[in-house]
Amino acid sequence: MSNIATIQEADVHGAHETHHEHHHHETFISKYVFSQDHKMIARQFLITGMIWAIIGGLFSVLFRLQLGYPNSTFPWLEDLLGQWAKGGKLQPEFYYALVTMHGTILVFFVLTAGLSGTFANFLIPLQIGARDMASPMLNMLSYWFFFLASIIMFSSLFVQTGPASGGWTIYPPLSALGDASSGSKIGMDLWLVSMAMFIVSSLLGGLNYISTILNMRTKGMSMTRLPLTIWALFFTAVLGVLSFPVLLSGAILLLFDRNLGTSFFLSDIVVNGKILPNEGGSAILFQHLFWFLGHPEVYIILLPAMGMSSEILSVNSRKPIFGYMAMVGSLFAIAILAFLVWAHHMFVTGLNPLLGAFFVLLTLLIAVPSAIKVFNWLTTLWRANIRFTPAMLFAIGFVSFFISGGLTGIFLGNSALDIHLHDTYFVVAHFHIVMGVASFMGMFAGVYHWFPKMYGRFLNNTLAYIHFWITIVGAYLIFWPMHYEGLAGMPRRYYDFSMWESFKMFTGLNEFISFVSMIVFAAQLLFVFNFFYSIFKGRKVTTQNPWGANTLEWTTPIRPGHGNWPGEIPEVHRGAYDYGKDGREFIPQTEPVGEHESHH
Amino acid sequence: MTQILLIAIVVMIFIVIFQISKASEYVSVLKGEEKARKQNNKINAFLLISFLILGIVGCWWCNELYYGKTLFPQGAASEMGEKIDLMLYITIGVTGVVFFITQILLFWFAFKYQERDDRKAYYFPHNTKLELLWTTVPAIFLTVLVVFGLKYWFKMTGEAPKNSVVIEVTGHQFGWEFRYPGPDKILGKKNYKLTKGANSLGVDFNDPASLDDMHVPATVHIPVGRPVKFVINAQDVIHDVGLPHFRMKMDAVPGIPTTLWFTPLYTTEDMKIRTGNPNFVYELSCDQMCGKGHFSMRGVIIVESEEQYRAYLATLEPQYWTVFPDKKPKPVNAAPSTDTTGTSKNKSPLAAIMPQVK
Repeated sequence: MSNIATIQEADVHGAHETHHEHHHHETFISKYVFSQDHKMIARQFLITGMIWAIIGGLFSVLFRLQLGYPNSTFPWLEDLLGQWAKGGKLQPEFYYALVTMHGTILVFFVLTAGLSGTFANFLIPLQIGARDMASPMLNMLSYWFFFLASIIMFSSLFVQTGPASGGWTIYPPLSALGDASSGSKIGMDLWLVSMAMFIVSSLLGGLNYISTILNMRTKGMSMTRLPLTIWALFFTAVLGVLSFPVLLSGAILLLFDRNLGTSFFLSDIVVNGKILPNEGGSAILFQHLFWFLGHPEVYIILLPAMGMSSEILSVNSRKPIFGYMAMVGSLFAIAILAFLVWAHHMFVTGLNPLLGAFFVLLTLLIAVPSAIKVFNWLTTLWRANIRFTPAMLFAIGFVSFFISGGLTGIFLGNSALDIHLHDTYFVVAHFHIVMGVASFMGMFAGVYHWFPKMYGRFLNNTLAYIHFWITIVGAYLIFWPMHYEGLAGMPRRYYDFSMWESFKMFTGLNEFISFVSMIVFAAQLLFVFNFFYSIFKGRKVTTQNPWGANTLEWTTPIRPGHGNWPGEIPEVHRGAYDYGKDGREFIPQTEPVGEHESHH
Repeated sequence: MTQILLIAIVVMIFIVIFQISKASEYVSVLKGEEKARKQNNKINAFLLISFLILGIVGCWWCNELYYGKTLFPQGAASEMGEKIDLMLYITIGVTGVVFFITQILLFWFAFKYQERDDRKAYYFPHNTKLELLWTTVPAIFLTVLVVFGLKYWFKMTGEAPKNSVVIEVTGHQFGWEFRYPGPDKILGKKNYKLTKGANSLGVDFNDPASLDDMHVPATVHIPVGRPVKFVINAQDVIHDVGLPHFRMKMDAVPGIPTTLWFTPLYTTEDMKIRTGNPNFVYELSCDQMCGKGHFSMRGVIIVESEEQYRAYLATLEPQYWTVFPDKKPKPVNAAPSTDTTGTSKNKSPLAAIMPQVK
């Protein structure tokens, strides 16, 4: 195989890196900017994702100010946002722009690119035993397309008519007609172009992840010995590769409708007194295209967090993950079902009831593999010997939020109940808990766990514990009461409830939620500070395997160079979860199976 | 000034937290890292179990505070809505039990099996029987919920009963308009290209069925105890007819008419008593993001007795007269609001609400 050539080449490169680590200034661009090293690309994704997370989080704090204090004005808001907040009060157009950008940023730029981009890049080669990705070049392009998408999206914040403001789901005709909303003017075109670049990035990344996992595993690393992180990232990539192109097609058709006078999504429209000539299109068609991506997207966000939490729970429980094959099987089932449930977002669009019934059935079917995963995680903790590293706490937090948010999915997936709860705060609570907070918990778990591998230093533990406790308590305080607002039918995406007899009694609660959200946001800044401070000043990692884990990344040098292993890539002899076996605390994957070792 | 003070306080808190964290790192070096780690482990295990207990208390407290503000204590205001509420209670029951069991196990295991020097983790990689158990039990419960749900789903989305009162609802940025079909009980055809001025819905007045149709903005009256069918349209972007009290909802999509139906059980006056809120009113909320005025797209539904409803309809004039004032009958017989016997060439609006015979 050409593996040898790759290894030799990488060896040379790796040696070069380790020898000349201190005077690399001539290669600054190739090392830090246009790097083809998967670990550097992962860090680029992570840091870009963190910047986006701060922006997206800040947006939510700003619009929560309006929701929590609808009768107050904040003069400093005008200083910050200019005409968006005339007289210190956020204008409705820009309230909706902030809501839209918050959703877009968090769903795509943070929890897709920031999460998959970081951990797929970082962990796949390290955990399967490869020098780098199948195509380091495409991998680099994947980041730079993401960067380009980021620049375009960011620039849309500064156009005079404002960024897209029709919700992150950009349903036409609202998103198609500049006459219907100022956010549907140039801001919407920028949104669509940015998203097209984003999809290119995600496809380049996804293809790379899949081919790397399938082709470049080290000797002995059969698919059934892969750590669950890799399985999760594998299914994530498959979901992305199969579903993102559909959104791309939807985005392109929408661009045509906007700019070239086509009528894919437009029919019988009178807007602002203007009678449009478009006839025969279907606004609902777009929703099918959107949710064909949109639903798998939920799992694109969730699966990496599931995989990492599984790994971290097992490592810190000092126990094998319970039911490895069932965990892989349930990931597979979730990945398949993710493609077959998209129309459960469309129960109130006038969908054919019979078709709706199938989507109810398939949607609730997802609860079965989800239940398997939850019970397997719980059993992993049973009779364990748990170390509460910050990563472990976040992994436990992940399970808690996954349960809470998953169960409310049973309400929303059942169409008859969905009719009442659809587009209310119940939905806001549901998806924020299950894919927002839970995924963030998984992502934080991953960052705390692999930070030592990324930077050769530890994050400050005390700050980490403070970060965890404020986040888990705060997130429940924010989202738990929202279920009650939703049960009262309180619609989401409202700028002000004071004129509504049915909803205005929640004013006090809204203020409380807004207040807590500010504290939680501040706690995230603690994390950001801890992150950047620890890169330079954190306690140094002194042992190769600080967590006592079995997987291959902990057999590399403390700070692996390009090529990951200075010598040969180790051979794998067992699965990743031999913790506590035969009285031994852990048995690395590289250790050959002993003659007297028990079989399971 | 207060802002600067506030910022200063926040920054101070950050610095204090950071200094404490930094100091704790030094302390752990002095004490021995292993010892510090074990202490942290104990603290976090304790915090996890405390979180569980406080969390359960919090759930109860939150319910005390807010259950009364949901729509459930006052009951659903439609026939189907009562069944939906029952289904909701059953779902809350099933998921609630699972929620408390799994969360308690999660945090209790975390606390109980915290690291101890004298314990070794139990090697337990899999157990087929257990795994089959928690595959099949959820599957059975879900089947029950699906069967329940689909039974109601087909009923709710099925054909409206024949004796339904039919009313057209049209959403536009940012308001609602309603059209009653008039005595002939047929809504006249529309063509969106005719939308102009007083003909704000684009009604085609060449269709004879449209001549008696009556148009009202923002507030709609419906009778109690009789099925009401809304035929829903949108003019510009997607809106959504949200009727939280009736547990009903349906999108309004330009170019694709949709329908929903429900049977109101209580009049608005009844609800004022039931809720103890003298300002109670049935509201129609737009539940699909439709632009900057989305939050203000409010409609009002007045549910009243059959007699009041008839009296109300009698006050309405056909939209035809509003659009073409010259077609309005001359004063001799042009007072349909007072003269309900119907002398105009159109049949009296009264006929619209004559007891309907199947």
